[in-house]
Amino acid sequence: MKKTIPLFIVIFGGLIFVAYAFSPHKFLQDDFYNKFYVPWSYASAPFAALLGIISLSMMHSSKIKRRAPKWQYSYFFFAGFIVTALAGLIGGMQKGGLLMWMFENMQMPMSATMFSLLAFYMASAAYKAFRARSLEATVLLAAAIFVMLAQVPLGVKISKHLPTVSQWILDVPNLASKRGIALGVGLGSVATSLKILLGIERSYLGGGD
Amino acid sequence: MSFELMSNLVGAFFTLCIFSFLYKDNPFYQMSEQLLVGISLGYGLVFTYERIFVPFLWQPIVLKHNFILIIPAILGTLYLFRFSRKLGWLSRYPIAFSMMSIGMGVPLGIHASILVQMRQGMVPIETVNLFLIFIGTIAVLLYFFFSKAHSGAYGKFVNVGKWYMMIGFGASFGMTVMARISLLIGRIQFLVNDVMGLLK
Repeated sequence: MKKTIPLFIVIFGGLIFVAYAFSPHKFLQDDFYNKFYVPWSYASAPFAALLGIISLSMMHSSKIKRRAPKWQYSYFFFAGFIVTALAGLIGGMQKGGLLMWMFENMQMPMSATMFSLLAFYMASAAYKAFRARSLEATVLLAAAIFVMLAQVPLGVKISKHLPTVSQWILDVPNLASKRGIALGVGLGSVATSLKILLGIERSYLGGGD
Repeated sequence: MSFELMSNLVGAFFTLCIFSFLYKDNPFYQMSEQLLVGISLGYGLVFTYERIFVPFLWQPIVLKHNFILIIPAILGTLYLFRFSRKLGWLSRYPIAFSMMSIGMGVPLGIHASILVQMRQGMVPIETVNLFLIFIGTIAVLLYFFFSKAHSGAYGKFVNVGKWYMMIGFGASFGMTVMARISLLIGRIQFLVNDVMGLLK
């Protein structure tokens, strides 16, 4: 009841999905997938999102209760969450509303800046890699420099052949390495899917009985 | 003060709050970081409500009287038992329902990640570049094959795969850095053109 039935659902439903991928039969394509699985997935999905919201809120409220380090900032999390949620639920998602104003003038600038900060940390990581002074690190950095310089006007001013070299790096050695890795990842993911399908891998069910 | 200027000043304030982390961790950064998480979560909640809950659950049940959808709604509420110690096992049912689609992942994964890549990798070797790609792919694959010791001539060939991967990682690194730099340029342009331009 606690583990066997969920396991049976995954194995039985998974095998139907294998058949769905191979067979164009109406029962599988229309009745099972379009009329049963898709609407049922959409209908149960909001509760999964709710689980995430409750989990994060519980984490922050416990941080405030325990007076954990930097607990004061958790109030900003709640302020942002409550104001945005109320703005959207009452005012709607249309352009010109408070929700979209907050999204365009607070969320977007902050997330774009957060990602742009990574440029600085990547530069420091590159410096550390270069200090390693191994031949592998040098090759990695040389490829990165060629690719980066080819995308800016300075690169073309240094040498007109730089974009060609950069494109060759992307099209030949980069392609070969990505293809090798993609094949490895593909084989690994298929093996993991098969393990789940055959009931060997059960970690997604969580611990306990 | 115009509405546009006020909106841009708010954006500029939070941009500078995040950039302040470059100096060191500080209350302005901490505040904006938590605010970002809160706003993103609030937006996610509204988006899920408007785009998923209302059209796929509320309207079919209330307007179209498709009462069968009450079953997946109950199934979905079982997710919330994750927080209960005694009834936590009930949350396995909706997880199992969503995991069913893993069955589709086997044939589609074989097709997309293996067969398509193999088909593209086994074209007639007519140019030097195609030869280099073929050798590189084989060498990279063998680099992750640990059933045979990486020694002798085999070890040297396998080592070629490492060099290919280093070039590949370098190219990915370069592309990622440039993507981040373009974001940085965007933020600087926002501060200089949009905000300073309106302030002048």
